[in-house]
Amino acid sequence: MESLTTWIEGLLANNDIFTLQTLSYYGEGLTTTVQLVFLSLIIGLILAVPLAIGRGSKHQWIKMPIFFYCYVFRGTPLLVQLYLIYYGVVFIEGIQDTWLWVILEKPFVPALIAFTLNTAAYTTEIFRGAIKSTARGEIEAARAYGMSWWLMMRRIVLPSAFRRALPAYGNEVIFMLHASAIASVVTIMDLTGAARFVYARFYAPFDAFLFVAAIYLCLTFSILYLFRYLEKRLLAHLKPSGQ
Amino acid sequence: MAATPIPLEVRNIKKRFGDTEVLKGLSLKAEKGDVITLIGASGSGKSTFLRCMNLLEQPNEGDLIVHGEDIRFKMTKHGREPADWKQVVDMRAKLSMVFQSFNLWAHMTLLENIIEAPIHVLGKSRKDAVAHARELLERVGLADRADYYPAQMSGGQQQRGAIARALAMDPEVMLFDEPTSALDPELVGDVLKVMRDLAKEGRTMIVVTHEMAFARDVSTEVIYLHQGQVEEAGPPDEVLGNPKSERLKQFLAPKH
Repeated sequence: MESLTTWIEGLLANNDIFTLQTLSYYGEGLTTTVQLVFLSLIIGLILAVPLAIGRGSKHQWIKMPIFFYCYVFRGTPLLVQLYLIYYGVVFIEGIQDTWLWVILEKPFVPALIAFTLNTAAYTTEIFRGAIKSTARGEIEAARAYGMSWWLMMRRIVLPSAFRRALPAYGNEVIFMLHASAIASVVTIMDLTGAARFVYARFYAPFDAFLFVAAIYLCLTFSILYLFRYLEKRLLAHLKPSGQ
Repeated sequence: MAATPIPLEVRNIKKRFGDTEVLKGLSLKAEKGDVITLIGASGSGKSTFLRCMNLLEQPNEGDLIVHGEDIRFKMTKHGREPADWKQVVDMRAKLSMVFQSFNLWAHMTLLENIIEAPIHVLGKSRKDAVAHARELLERVGLADRADYYPAQMSGGQQQRGAIARALAMDPEVMLFDEPTSALDPELVGDVLKVMRDLAKEGRTMIVVTHEMAFARDVSTEVIYLHQGQVEEAGPPDEVLGNPKSERLKQFLAPKH
Protein backbone atom coordinates (compact mmCIF):
# COMPACT_ATOMS: atom_id res chain seq x y z
CA MET A 1 0.00 0.00 0.00
CA GLU A 2 2.82 2.33 1.00
CA SER A 3 4.78 1.58 -2.15
CA LEU A 4 1.68 2.03 -4.31
CA THR A 5 1.18 5.53 -2.94
CA THR A 6 4.79 6.44 -3.63
CA TRP A 7 4.49 4.99 -7.11
CA ILE A 8 1.44 7.12 -7.86
CA GLU A 9 3.13 10.17 -6.35
CA GLY A 10 6.05 9.54 -8.69
CA LEU A 11 3.71 9.38 -11.64
CA LEU A 12 2.05 12.60 -10.58
CA ALA A 13 5.24 14.54 -10.06
CA ASN A 14 5.46 17.69 -12.18
CA ASN A 15 1.72 17.61 -12.57
CA ASP A 16 -0.31 20.46 -11.15
CA ILE A 17 -3.78 19.11 -11.88
CA PHE A 18 -3.86 15.40 -11.12
CA THR A 19 -2.72 15.37 -7.55
CA LEU A 20 -3.76 12.77 -5.03
CA GLN A 21 -6.26 15.37 -3.85
CA THR A 22 -8.06 15.72 -7.19
CA LEU A 23 -7.86 11.99 -7.87
CA SER A 24 -9.69 11.40 -4.63
CA TYR A 25 -12.46 13.73 -5.89
CA TYR A 26 -12.78 11.53 -8.97
CA GLY A 27 -12.73 8.47 -6.76
CA GLU A 28 -15.57 9.73 -4.61
CA GLY A 29 -17.42 10.81 -7.75
CA LEU A 30 -17.07 7.31 -9.18
CA THR A 31 -18.50 5.81 -5.99
CA THR A 32 -21.46 8.20 -6.03
CA THR A 33 -22.18 7.57 -9.71
CA VAL A 34 -22.02 3.80 -9.32
CA GLN A 35 -24.25 3.91 -6.22
CA LEU A 36 -26.78 6.18 -7.87
CA VAL A 37 -26.96 4.22 -11.13
CA PHE A 38 -26.88 0.79 -9.52
CA LEU A 39 -29.56 1.57 -6.95
CA SER A 40 -31.89 3.24 -9.42
CA LEU A 41 -31.47 0.35 -11.89
CA ILE A 42 -32.17 -2.29 -9.24
CA ILE A 43 -35.24 -0.54 -7.83
CA GLY A 44 -36.40 0.37 -11.34
CA LEU A 45 -36.09 -3.26 -12.41
CA ILE A 46 -38.11 -4.47 -9.44
CA LEU A 47 -40.83 -1.92 -10.19
CA ALA A 48 -40.82 -2.63 -13.91
CA VAL A 49 -41.73 -6.33 -13.69
CA PRO A 50 -45.22 -5.93 -12.16
CA LEU A 51 -45.75 -2.74 -14.16
CA ALA A 52 -44.97 -4.55 -17.42
CA ILE A 53 -47.38 -7.35 -16.54
CA GLY A 54 -50.05 -4.79 -15.59
CA ARG A 55 -49.39 -2.81 -18.76
CA GLY A 56 -50.59 -5.83 -20.73
CA SER A 57 -53.67 -6.36 -18.57
CA LYS A 58 -57.08 -6.34 -20.17
CA HIS A 59 -58.51 -4.23 -17.34
CA GLN A 60 -58.50 -0.57 -18.31
CA TRP A 61 -58.11 0.64 -14.73
CA ILE A 62 -54.85 -1.30 -14.40
CA LYS A 63 -53.56 -0.67 -17.88
CA MET A 64 -54.30 3.04 -18.26
CA PRO A 65 -52.49 4.46 -15.19
CA ILE A 66 -49.35 2.49 -16.12
CA PHE A 67 -49.60 3.65 -19.70
CA PHE A 68 -49.93 7.23 -18.47
CA TYR A 69 -46.96 6.90 -16.13
CA CYS A 70 -44.72 5.48 -18.86
CA TYR A 71 -45.92 8.09 -21.32
CA VAL A 72 -45.11 10.99 -18.97
CA PHE A 73 -41.69 9.73 -17.88
CA ARG A 74 -40.61 8.77 -21.37
CA GLY A 75 -42.10 11.91 -22.87
CA THR A 76 -40.26 14.47 -20.74
CA PRO A 77 -36.54 15.15 -20.22
CA LEU A 78 -34.92 13.48 -17.25
CA LEU A 79 -33.41 16.83 -16.27
CA VAL A 80 -36.88 18.38 -15.98
CA GLN A 81 -38.03 15.42 -13.88
CA LEU A 82 -35.02 15.89 -11.63
CA TYR A 83 -35.71 19.62 -11.23
CA LEU A 84 -39.36 18.94 -10.44
CA ILE A 85 -38.55 16.40 -7.79
CA TYR A 86 -35.56 18.19 -6.27
CA TYR A 87 -36.85 21.77 -6.30
CA GLY A 88 -40.52 20.85 -6.22
CA VAL A 89 -40.68 18.93 -2.95
CA VAL A 90 -39.75 22.02 -0.96
CA PHE A 91 -43.07 23.52 -1.86
CA ILE A 92 -45.16 20.62 -0.59
CA GLU A 93 -47.06 22.04 2.39
CA GLY A 94 -45.60 20.96 5.72
CA ILE A 95 -43.04 18.53 4.31
CA GLN A 96 -40.22 20.32 6.09
CA ASP A 97 -41.70 19.34 9.44
CA THR A 98 -41.75 15.62 8.70
CA TRP A 99 -38.99 13.02 8.91
CA LEU A 100 -39.05 12.84 5.11
CA TRP A 101 -37.33 16.18 4.93
CA VAL A 102 -34.18 14.77 6.46
CA ILE A 103 -33.59 12.64 3.38
CA LEU A 104 -35.19 14.88 0.76
CA GLU A 105 -33.19 17.90 1.78
CA LYS A 106 -30.01 16.44 0.38
CA PRO A 107 -29.88 15.96 -3.40
CA PHE A 108 -29.02 12.24 -3.46
CA VAL A 109 -32.46 10.85 -2.66
CA PRO A 110 -34.40 13.17 -5.01
CA ALA A 111 -31.97 12.26 -7.79
CA LEU A 112 -32.37 8.58 -6.95
CA ILE A 113 -36.16 8.95 -7.11
CA ALA A 114 -36.03 10.74 -10.46
CA PHE A 115 -33.64 8.22 -11.99
CA THR A 116 -35.58 5.26 -10.62
CA LEU A 117 -38.93 6.48 -11.93
CA ASN A 118 -37.35 7.24 -15.28
CA THR A 119 -35.60 3.93 -15.78
CA ALA A 120 -38.63 2.03 -14.46
CA ALA A 121 -40.75 3.64 -17.19
CA TYR A 122 -38.33 2.66 -19.95
CA THR A 123 -37.77 -0.82 -18.55
CA THR A 124 -41.52 -1.37 -18.29
CA GLU A 125 -41.85 -0.68 -22.00
CA ILE A 126 -38.91 -2.95 -22.85
CA PHE A 127 -40.40 -5.81 -20.83
CA ARG A 128 -43.90 -5.22 -22.12
CA GLY A 129 -42.64 -5.53 -25.68
CA ALA A 130 -40.83 -8.75 -24.82
CA ILE A 131 -43.83 -10.21 -23.00
CA LYS A 132 -46.09 -9.30 -25.88
CA SER A 133 -43.85 -10.98 -28.40
CA THR A 134 -43.90 -14.33 -26.59
CA ALA A 135 -44.79 -16.94 -29.18
CA ARG A 136 -48.55 -17.56 -29.09
CA GLY A 137 -48.01 -21.26 -29.48
CA GLU A 138 -45.90 -21.43 -26.32
CA ILE A 139 -48.64 -19.70 -24.36
CA GLU A 140 -51.21 -22.04 -25.80
CA ALA A 141 -49.09 -25.04 -24.85
CA ALA A 142 -48.81 -23.70 -21.29
CA ARG A 143 -52.59 -23.36 -21.05
CA ALA A 144 -53.18 -26.73 -22.66
CA TYR A 145 -50.91 -28.37 -20.09
CA GLY A 146 -52.98 -27.10 -17.20
CA MET A 147 -50.92 -24.12 -16.09
CA SER A 148 -52.72 -21.39 -14.22
CA TRP A 149 -52.15 -17.82 -15.38
CA TRP A 150 -49.62 -17.10 -12.67
CA LEU A 151 -47.69 -20.34 -13.16
CA MET A 152 -47.55 -19.66 -16.90
CA MET A 153 -46.22 -16.13 -16.25
CA ARG A 154 -43.64 -17.35 -13.79
CA ARG A 155 -42.38 -20.41 -15.67
CA ILE A 156 -42.91 -19.66 -19.35
CA VAL A 157 -43.65 -16.04 -20.23
CA LEU A 158 -41.31 -14.09 -17.94
CA PRO A 159 -38.21 -16.31 -18.24
CA SER A 160 -38.51 -16.25 -21.99
CA ALA A 161 -39.29 -12.50 -22.13
CA PHE A 162 -36.41 -11.52 -19.83
CA ARG A 163 -33.97 -13.32 -22.04
CA ARG A 164 -35.26 -11.67 -25.17
CA ALA A 165 -35.27 -8.27 -23.44
CA LEU A 166 -31.62 -8.56 -22.47
CA PRO A 167 -30.02 -6.69 -25.42
CA ALA A 168 -32.48 -3.80 -25.14
CA TYR A 169 -32.08 -3.68 -21.38
CA GLY A 170 -28.29 -3.56 -21.76
CA ASN A 171 -28.75 -0.36 -23.76
CA GLU A 172 -30.99 1.05 -21.05
CA VAL A 173 -28.27 0.43 -18.46
CA ILE A 174 -25.72 2.31 -20.55
CA PHE A 175 -28.17 5.16 -21.16
CA MET A 176 -28.77 5.37 -17.43
CA LEU A 177 -25.05 5.56 -16.69
CA HIS A 178 -24.65 8.44 -19.11
CA ALA A 179 -27.85 10.16 -18.03
CA SER A 180 -26.62 10.10 -14.45
CA ALA A 181 -24.16 12.85 -15.42
CA ILE A 182 -26.95 15.37 -14.95
CA ALA A 183 -26.99 14.59 -11.23
CA SER A 184 -24.15 17.10 -11.02
CA VAL A 185 -26.50 19.99 -11.78
CA VAL A 186 -28.25 19.50 -8.44
CA THR A 187 -24.89 19.73 -6.65
CA ILE A 188 -24.25 15.97 -6.40
CA MET A 189 -20.53 15.25 -6.58
CA ASP A 190 -20.77 12.39 -9.01
CA LEU A 191 -18.12 11.71 -11.66
CA THR A 192 -19.19 14.66 -13.78
CA GLY A 193 -19.52 16.79 -10.65
CA ALA A 194 -15.94 15.99 -9.75
CA ALA A 195 -14.81 16.86 -13.26
CA ARG A 196 -16.63 20.19 -13.09
CA PHE A 197 -14.96 20.92 -9.79
CA VAL A 198 -11.49 20.19 -11.14
CA TYR A 199 -12.24 22.23 -14.26
CA ALA A 200 -13.38 25.21 -12.20
CA ARG A 201 -10.39 24.96 -9.90
CA PHE A 202 -7.66 24.76 -12.57
CA TYR A 203 -9.51 26.11 -15.60
CA ALA A 204 -8.33 23.09 -17.56
CA PRO A 205 -11.34 21.73 -19.46
CA PHE A 206 -9.52 19.14 -21.54
CA ASP A 207 -7.70 17.55 -18.65
CA ALA A 208 -10.73 17.52 -16.39
CA PHE A 209 -13.32 16.26 -18.86
CA LEU A 210 -11.19 13.94 -20.99
CA PHE A 211 -10.17 12.15 -17.82
CA VAL A 212 -13.77 11.71 -16.74
CA ALA A 213 -14.77 10.66 -20.27
CA ALA A 214 -12.17 7.90 -20.07
CA ILE A 215 -13.68 6.66 -16.81
CA TYR A 216 -17.18 6.61 -18.36
CA LEU A 217 -15.78 4.69 -21.32
CA CYS A 218 -14.28 2.07 -19.03
CA LEU A 219 -17.58 1.71 -17.19
CA THR A 220 -19.49 1.41 -20.46
CA PHE A 221 -17.18 -1.29 -21.71
CA SER A 222 -17.55 -3.26 -18.50
CA ILE A 223 -21.34 -3.10 -18.87
CA LEU A 224 -21.17 -4.11 -22.52
CA TYR A 225 -18.94 -7.00 -21.62
CA LEU A 226 -21.22 -8.15 -18.81
CA PHE A 227 -24.25 -8.12 -21.09
CA ARG A 228 -22.42 -9.87 -23.88
CA TYR A 229 -21.55 -12.62 -21.40
CA LEU A 230 -25.15 -12.83 -20.15
CA GLU A 231 -26.52 -12.96 -23.69
CA LYS A 232 -24.12 -15.71 -24.63
CA ARG A 233 -25.27 -17.76 -21.68
CA LEU A 234 -28.97 -16.98 -21.59
CA LEU A 235 -29.73 -16.68 -25.29
CA ALA A 236 -27.99 -19.90 -26.31
CA HIS A 237 -31.40 -21.48 -26.93
CA LEU A 238 -32.20 -19.15 -29.82
CA LYS A 239 -29.15 -20.14 -31.79
CA PRO A 240 -29.65 -22.77 -34.43
CA SER A 241 -27.59 -25.93 -34.13
CA GLY A 242 -24.01 -26.19 -35.28
CA GLN A 243 -22.85 -22.97 -33.62
CA MET B 1 -69.38 -50.77 -8.38
CA ALA B 2 -69.45 -48.11 -11.01
CA ALA B 3 -67.87 -48.75 -14.37
CA THR B 4 -64.67 -46.86 -15.24
CA PRO B 5 -65.70 -43.37 -16.30
CA ILE B 6 -65.55 -42.56 -19.99
CA PRO B 7 -62.34 -40.57 -20.62
CA LEU B 8 -63.94 -37.88 -22.74
CA GLU B 9 -67.41 -37.09 -23.94
CA VAL B 10 -68.60 -33.93 -25.68
CA ARG B 11 -72.22 -33.25 -26.52
CA ASN B 12 -73.72 -30.83 -28.97
CA ILE B 13 -70.80 -28.40 -29.18
CA LYS B 14 -71.64 -25.15 -30.98
CA LYS B 15 -69.16 -22.41 -31.68
CA ARG B 16 -69.61 -19.06 -33.35
CA PHE B 17 -66.96 -16.58 -34.46
CA GLY B 18 -68.91 -13.36 -34.81
CA ASP B 19 -71.90 -14.20 -36.99
CA THR B 20 -70.38 -17.31 -38.51
CA GLU B 21 -71.34 -20.56 -36.89
CA VAL B 22 -68.31 -22.80 -37.36
CA LEU B 23 -69.45 -25.74 -35.24
CA LYS B 24 -73.11 -26.64 -35.54
CA GLY B 25 -73.68 -29.10 -32.76
CA LEU B 26 -70.94 -31.75 -32.67
CA SER B 27 -70.79 -34.71 -30.32
CA LEU B 28 -68.19 -37.35 -29.70
CA LYS B 29 -67.50 -40.07 -27.19
CA ALA B 30 -64.03 -41.46 -26.62
CA GLU B 31 -64.02 -44.76 -24.72
CA LYS B 32 -60.77 -46.05 -23.30
CA GLY B 33 -58.45 -47.15 -26.10
CA ASP B 34 -60.41 -45.43 -28.85
CA VAL B 35 -58.52 -43.69 -31.62
CA ILE B 36 -60.86 -41.21 -33.24
CA THR B 37 -59.68 -39.34 -36.31
CA LEU B 38 -61.30 -36.16 -37.48
CA ILE B 39 -60.95 -35.50 -41.17
CA GLY B 40 -62.32 -32.82 -43.46
CA ALA B 41 -61.32 -29.99 -45.74
CA SER B 42 -59.67 -26.95 -44.22
CA GLY B 43 -62.32 -24.70 -42.73
CA SER B 44 -64.53 -27.67 -41.85
CA GLY B 45 -64.04 -26.92 -38.16
CA LYS B 46 -62.05 -29.99 -37.17
CA SER B 47 -59.25 -28.09 -35.41
CA THR B 48 -61.70 -25.77 -33.70
CA PHE B 49 -63.66 -28.79 -32.51
CA LEU B 50 -60.51 -30.31 -31.05
CA ARG B 51 -59.59 -27.02 -29.36
CA CYS B 52 -63.05 -26.85 -27.80
CA MET B 53 -62.32 -30.14 -26.06
CA ASN B 54 -59.68 -28.63 -23.78
CA LEU B 55 -61.30 -25.19 -23.87
CA LEU B 56 -58.53 -23.42 -25.76
CA GLU B 57 -61.64 -22.21 -27.58
CA GLN B 58 -64.78 -21.55 -25.58
CA PRO B 59 -67.79 -23.28 -27.12
CA ASN B 60 -70.95 -21.18 -27.11
CA GLU B 61 -73.07 -24.21 -26.31
CA GLY B 62 -72.62 -27.84 -25.42
CA ASP B 63 -71.39 -30.11 -22.65
CA LEU B 64 -67.96 -31.39 -21.87
CA ILE B 65 -67.50 -34.41 -19.63
CA VAL B 66 -63.95 -35.43 -18.76
CA HIS B 67 -63.43 -38.67 -16.86
CA GLY B 68 -67.02 -38.56 -15.69
CA GLU B 69 -66.79 -34.98 -14.49
CA ASP B 70 -69.06 -32.36 -15.97
CA ILE B 71 -67.30 -29.08 -16.74
CA ARG B 72 -69.44 -26.26 -15.35
CA PHE B 73 -70.11 -23.09 -17.32
CA LYS B 74 -71.61 -19.74 -16.47
CA MET B 75 -72.87 -16.84 -18.53
CA THR B 76 -70.96 -13.56 -18.27
CA LYS B 77 -71.24 -10.34 -20.22
CA HIS B 78 -68.45 -11.65 -22.49
CA GLY B 79 -70.45 -14.80 -23.22
CA ARG B 80 -70.19 -18.30 -21.87
CA GLU B 81 -67.20 -19.04 -19.70
CA PRO B 82 -66.11 -21.87 -17.44
CA ALA B 83 -67.55 -21.35 -13.96
CA ASP B 84 -64.49 -22.72 -12.23
CA TRP B 85 -61.07 -22.21 -13.78
CA LYS B 86 -59.53 -24.55 -11.24
CA GLN B 87 -61.68 -27.31 -12.69
CA VAL B 88 -60.53 -26.39 -16.19
CA VAL B 89 -56.88 -26.47 -15.16
CA ASP B 90 -57.37 -29.94 -13.64
CA MET B 91 -59.23 -31.08 -16.73
CA ARG B 92 -56.48 -29.86 -19.06
CA ALA B 93 -53.90 -31.78 -17.08
CA LYS B 94 -55.85 -34.95 -18.03
CA LEU B 95 -55.95 -34.15 -21.76
CA SER B 96 -52.60 -33.39 -23.25
CA MET B 97 -52.31 -31.80 -26.65
CA VAL B 98 -49.83 -32.12 -29.49
CA PHE B 99 -49.84 -29.12 -31.80
CA GLN B 100 -49.27 -28.65 -35.48
CA SER B 101 -46.34 -26.29 -34.84
CA PHE B 102 -44.97 -28.31 -31.87
CA ASN B 103 -45.02 -25.33 -29.48
CA LEU B 104 -42.17 -26.54 -27.35
CA TRP B 105 -40.99 -23.87 -24.91
CA ALA B 106 -38.00 -22.34 -26.66
CA HIS B 107 -36.04 -21.28 -23.60
CA MET B 108 -35.95 -24.78 -22.13
CA THR B 109 -34.06 -27.85 -23.22
CA LEU B 110 -36.06 -30.82 -24.43
CA LEU B 111 -35.74 -32.55 -21.05
CA GLU B 112 -36.86 -29.40 -19.22
CA ASN B 113 -39.83 -29.14 -21.59
CA ILE B 114 -40.90 -32.65 -20.70
CA ILE B 115 -40.57 -32.37 -16.91
CA GLU B 116 -42.04 -28.84 -16.66
CA ALA B 117 -45.75 -29.63 -16.37
CA PRO B 118 -45.36 -32.91 -14.44
CA ILE B 119 -43.40 -31.04 -11.75
CA HIS B 120 -45.28 -27.76 -11.62
CA VAL B 121 -48.80 -28.86 -12.56
CA LEU B 122 -49.01 -32.44 -11.32
CA GLY B 123 -46.65 -31.89 -8.38
CA LYS B 124 -44.32 -34.79 -9.20
CA SER B 125 -40.87 -34.86 -7.69
CA ARG B 126 -38.06 -33.76 -9.96
CA LYS B 127 -36.33 -37.11 -9.64
CA ASP B 128 -39.39 -39.08 -10.76
CA ALA B 129 -40.16 -36.64 -13.54
CA VAL B 130 -36.63 -36.84 -14.94
CA ALA B 131 -36.60 -40.64 -14.78
CA HIS B 132 -39.95 -40.81 -16.58
CA ALA B 133 -38.81 -38.22 -19.14
CA ARG B 134 -35.68 -40.22 -19.97
CA GLU B 135 -37.81 -43.34 -20.54
CA LEU B 136 -40.11 -41.40 -22.85
CA LEU B 137 -37.21 -39.87 -24.78
CA GLU B 138 -35.88 -43.36 -25.29
CA ARG B 139 -39.26 -44.45 -26.66
CA VAL B 140 -39.55 -41.63 -29.17
CA GLY B 141 -35.91 -42.14 -30.21
CA LEU B 142 -34.52 -38.89 -28.81
CA ALA B 143 -32.45 -40.13 -25.86
CA ASP B 144 -29.42 -38.27 -27.17
CA ARG B 145 -31.30 -34.99 -27.62
CA ALA B 146 -32.31 -34.42 -23.98
CA ASP B 147 -30.13 -31.35 -23.54
CA TYR B 148 -30.84 -29.75 -26.91
CA TYR B 149 -32.96 -26.64 -27.24
CA PRO B 150 -35.93 -26.85 -29.62
CA ALA B 151 -34.25 -24.52 -32.13
CA GLN B 152 -31.40 -27.02 -32.42
CA MET B 153 -33.64 -29.89 -33.53
CA SER B 154 -35.41 -30.75 -36.77
CA GLY B 155 -39.18 -30.43 -37.02
CA GLY B 156 -39.65 -34.18 -36.76
CA GLN B 157 -37.51 -34.35 -33.64
CA GLN B 158 -39.37 -31.42 -32.11
CA GLN B 159 -42.71 -33.10 -32.75
CA ARG B 160 -41.57 -36.40 -31.28
CA GLY B 161 -40.29 -34.39 -28.32
CA ALA B 162 -43.68 -32.73 -28.04
CA ILE B 163 -45.32 -36.17 -28.00
CA ALA B 164 -42.98 -37.18 -25.18
CA ARG B 165 -44.02 -34.01 -23.34
CA ALA B 166 -47.67 -34.99 -23.79
CA LEU B 167 -47.04 -38.55 -22.58
CA ALA B 168 -45.25 -37.30 -19.49
CA MET B 169 -48.61 -36.09 -18.18
CA ASP B 170 -50.00 -39.66 -18.15
CA PRO B 171 -53.01 -38.24 -19.94
CA GLU B 172 -56.47 -39.79 -20.08
CA VAL B 173 -56.78 -38.67 -23.67
CA MET B 174 -54.24 -37.30 -26.13
CA LEU B 175 -55.36 -34.64 -28.56
CA PHE B 176 -53.38 -34.31 -31.80
CA ASP B 177 -53.93 -31.19 -33.88
CA GLU B 178 -52.58 -31.97 -37.37
CA PRO B 179 -49.31 -33.23 -35.91
CA THR B 180 -47.61 -33.88 -39.25
CA SER B 181 -48.87 -30.95 -41.33
CA ALA B 182 -45.91 -28.68 -40.60
CA LEU B 183 -43.30 -31.34 -41.32
CA ASP B 184 -41.19 -32.05 -44.36
CA PRO B 185 -42.47 -35.21 -46.06
CA GLU B 186 -39.42 -37.28 -45.13
CA LEU B 187 -39.93 -36.48 -41.43
CA VAL B 188 -43.61 -37.45 -41.30
CA GLY B 189 -42.91 -41.18 -41.11
CA ASP B 190 -41.07 -41.09 -37.77
CA VAL B 191 -43.83 -39.11 -36.11
CA LEU B 192 -46.57 -41.35 -37.47
CA LYS B 193 -44.68 -44.40 -36.30
CA VAL B 194 -44.61 -43.09 -32.75
CA MET B 195 -48.35 -42.39 -32.97
CA ARG B 196 -49.08 -45.87 -34.32
CA ASP B 197 -47.19 -47.38 -31.39
CA LEU B 198 -49.25 -45.31 -28.98
CA ALA B 199 -52.47 -46.50 -30.58
CA LYS B 200 -51.27 -50.08 -30.41
CA GLU B 201 -50.63 -49.89 -26.68
CA GLY B 202 -54.19 -48.71 -26.11
CA ARG B 203 -53.86 -44.97 -25.68
CA THR B 204 -57.06 -42.99 -26.08
CA MET B 205 -56.41 -40.53 -28.89
CA ILE B 206 -58.30 -37.95 -30.87
CA VAL B 207 -56.43 -36.99 -33.99
CA VAL B 208 -57.08 -34.25 -36.50
CA THR B 209 -55.18 -35.29 -39.58
CA HIS B 210 -54.82 -35.32 -43.34
CA GLU B 211 -52.97 -38.64 -43.27
CA MET B 212 -55.60 -40.99 -44.69
CA ALA B 213 -53.40 -44.07 -44.41
CA PHE B 214 -53.00 -43.40 -40.70
CA ALA B 215 -56.75 -42.88 -40.31
CA ARG B 216 -57.49 -46.11 -42.14
CA ASP B 217 -54.98 -48.31 -40.33
CA VAL B 218 -55.11 -47.00 -36.81
CA SER B 219 -58.44 -45.45 -35.94
CA THR B 220 -61.41 -47.10 -34.33
CA GLU B 221 -63.67 -44.36 -35.62
CA VAL B 222 -63.42 -41.78 -38.38
CA ILE B 223 -65.48 -38.61 -38.37
CA TYR B 224 -65.74 -36.59 -41.54
CA LEU B 225 -66.68 -32.98 -40.91
CA HIS B 226 -68.11 -30.58 -43.41
CA GLN B 227 -68.88 -26.97 -42.53
CA GLY B 228 -69.11 -27.65 -38.85
CA GLN B 229 -71.32 -30.70 -39.09
CA VAL B 230 -70.73 -34.43 -39.09
CA GLU B 231 -71.23 -35.55 -42.66
CA GLU B 232 -70.26 -39.16 -42.07
CA ALA B 233 -68.92 -41.15 -39.15
CA GLY B 234 -68.15 -44.75 -38.34
CA PRO B 235 -65.44 -47.41 -38.49
CA PRO B 236 -62.67 -46.58 -40.99
CA ASP B 237 -63.56 -49.49 -43.29
CA GLU B 238 -67.01 -48.06 -43.83
CA VAL B 239 -66.27 -44.34 -43.89
CA LEU B 240 -63.05 -44.49 -45.90
CA GLY B 241 -63.63 -47.79 -47.74
CA ASN B 242 -67.20 -47.24 -48.72
CA PRO B 243 -68.14 -43.57 -48.42
CA LYS B 244 -71.79 -42.76 -48.91
CA SER B 245 -71.85 -39.01 -49.21
CA GLU B 246 -70.86 -37.41 -52.48
CA ARG B 247 -68.68 -34.85 -50.69
CA LEU B 248 -66.67 -37.46 -48.84
CA LYS B 249 -66.15 -39.39 -52.09
CA GLN B 250 -64.77 -36.23 -53.65
CA PHE B 251 -62.66 -35.49 -50.57
CA LEU B 252 -61.11 -38.95 -50.68
CA ALA B 253 -60.59 -39.03 -54.45
CA PRO B 254 -56.95 -38.75 -55.56
CA LYS B 255 -56.22 -35.08 -56.16
CA HIS B 256 -53.93 -35.44 -59.18
